[in-house]
Amino acid sequence: MTAAHAAQLIVDRVSVRYPGTAHAALHDVSLTIQPESLVVALGPSGCGKTTLLNLVAGFIKPTSGHITLDGQPVDGPGAERGVVFQDDALLPWLNVLDNVAFGLQLRGLDRREREVRARQVLQQVDLQGYAGRRVWELSGGMRQRVGLARALAADPRVLLMDEPFGALDAFIREQMQELLLRIWRETGKRILLITHDIEEAVFLATDLVLMSPGPGRIVERLSLDFGQRYAAGESARSIKSDPQFIATREHVLARVFAHRQPHTSGA
Amino acid sequence: MSAELTLGEHDFAAPERVQDEAPQSRRPLPIGVLTILGVLALWWGITATGLIQPLFLPSPQAVLAKLWLVSTKGYMDATLWQHLGASGLRIVTALLAAVLLAVPVGVAIGLSRVARGVLDPLIELYRPIPPLAYLPLVVIWFGIGELSKVLLIYLAIFAPIAIATATGVRNVDQTRIRAALSFGATRWQLIRHVILPSALPDILTGIRIGLGTGWSTLVAAELVAATRGLGFMVQSAAQFLVTDVVVLGILVIALIAFALELGLRALQRRLIPWQGRA
Ligand SMILES: Nc1ncnc2c1ncn2[C@@H]1O[C@H](COP(=O)(O)OP(=O)(O)OP(=O)(O)O)[C@@H](O)[C@H]1O
Ligand SMILES: [Mg+2]
Repeated sequence: MTAAHAAQLIVDRVSVRYPGTAHAALHDVSLTIQPESLVVALGPSGCGKTTLLNLVAGFIKPTSGHITLDGQPVDGPGAERGVVFQDDALLPWLNVLDNVAFGLQLRGLDRREREVRARQVLQQVDLQGYAGRRVWELSGGMRQRVGLARALAADPRVLLMDEPFGALDAFIREQMQELLLRIWRETGKRILLITHDIEEAVFLATDLVLMSPGPGRIVERLSLDFGQRYAAGESARSIKSDPQFIATREHVLARVFAHRQPHTSGA
Repeated sequence: MSAELTLGEHDFAAPERVQDEAPQSRRPLPIGVLTILGVLALWWGITATGLIQPLFLPSPQAVLAKLWLVSTKGYMDATLWQHLGASGLRIVTALLAAVLLAVPVGVAIGLSRVARGVLDPLIELYRPIPPLAYLPLVVIWFGIGELSKVLLIYLAIFAPIAIATATGVRNVDQTRIRAALSFGATRWQLIRHVILPSALPDILTGIRIGLGTGWSTLVAAELVAATRGLGFMVQSAAQFLVTDVVVLGILVIALIAFALELGLRALQRRLIPWQGRA
């Protein structure tokens, strides 16, 4: 079943230029997402992070370049790529369970089957007691977990997340990061996550991609293992107070600022 | 129940507070009810002085007595309930036909540039014309039967629903569409599971507005050789200067309109409990 040689998501020299804009939103971006990796794209506002994610999701098409998932060209949105949105994008007329089962409903599964699966995923995100609740009665963190569960329920091959925790307060955000790492370990899904939170990026990423605007491009790649250490059982506190973690965070911070300087006058 | 009678309660978060409030009997009367009571008292007071002849303004008691008479014995060969039933049937038929056609048309206008280009001008062209202006044409084309009356009301209801639906469809949250697309939704699934539910608040608003205009078109529609209906009742009573039946008819028409409005608001709250919260 698994064609190991092709089992990766490849973004190959992709450029995007929105009509009527001076700079390309993305210029010559290449990226490979290996099995079991958690790729985090980090960069200042306007560097093309969302554009990159929308490309991989299939919501927009590249001006040039190719994207393939496990050897298949990406040509439009598809169920093998699950998306978690920043503003949850849940459907308020459905309760929590039906929201989670939404992808399975579209796929044509009968009610019993999809509810069994949805309950299972709700348990994974610690929301087992909330199946019958209205989504607009939930807190922001819970809604994000429902959004994550909805994407997971369809069992995608890649999980795409655009600033999924950006709107949450610091405490809830840390909880969500830990939850995400736990799910990543349990499911072994490939994840592409977008953020502009440096600590979040360093903590989660196996592969950290630093991006810079004008035109949007990748300026640095780092391989990290803090997320793997958390998944292996080390506590988040001890990882984040590790001098190595702090040094990495400072390095990334410096790089982000270094790449931002030349453009501050233009912005 | 009493809270449902105020038109203005929409502006407040009333449903949230109902639970921790004192028992209903101790709640003060809503202002709307007081206004109506005030008007009734004024009406009674003016007629009680005897300065105004009943031909111009019958007393509330006279109208009430007429209500009894018309509901039991009838007026113009039909009881009040039969008049009401005839009008009700017309507006319900027109409403059903309008919803069945206007919602798909609205969706098409909202989704397709071609459909908008073709249909939008047509709707915008006929919509501002008062129904009475094209009534003669409808009669010439479709005769003086039931069809013409229903068609006239139908036309009045159709435009608001189609326009509101199109607005709702155009304003659907794009990330919800993308969420559905990312699960591989087909175009039909997108309409059925995302676009229509998203547009439901606007569709219901369109129905509310449409029913309002439709109901007021009713009287005009029933000028066309009707033998039953509230509009017909008022019209023929006016010809014979039976002022109390005229007033009675007007009051019943107003009450029905009010009940429709409240009913649709309740429906809106029930079907769209997340409105303003999500
Ligand atoms: N639909 C669009 N039309 C035209 N220009 C666009 C469009 N979407 C994005 N852009 C431009 O492309 C560039 C990259 O935008 P993008 O949304 O990908 O940035 P981002 O890194 O996600 O920023 P943020 O952190 O603020 O979300 C920006 O300069 C933006 O103005
Ligand atoms: Mg963005």
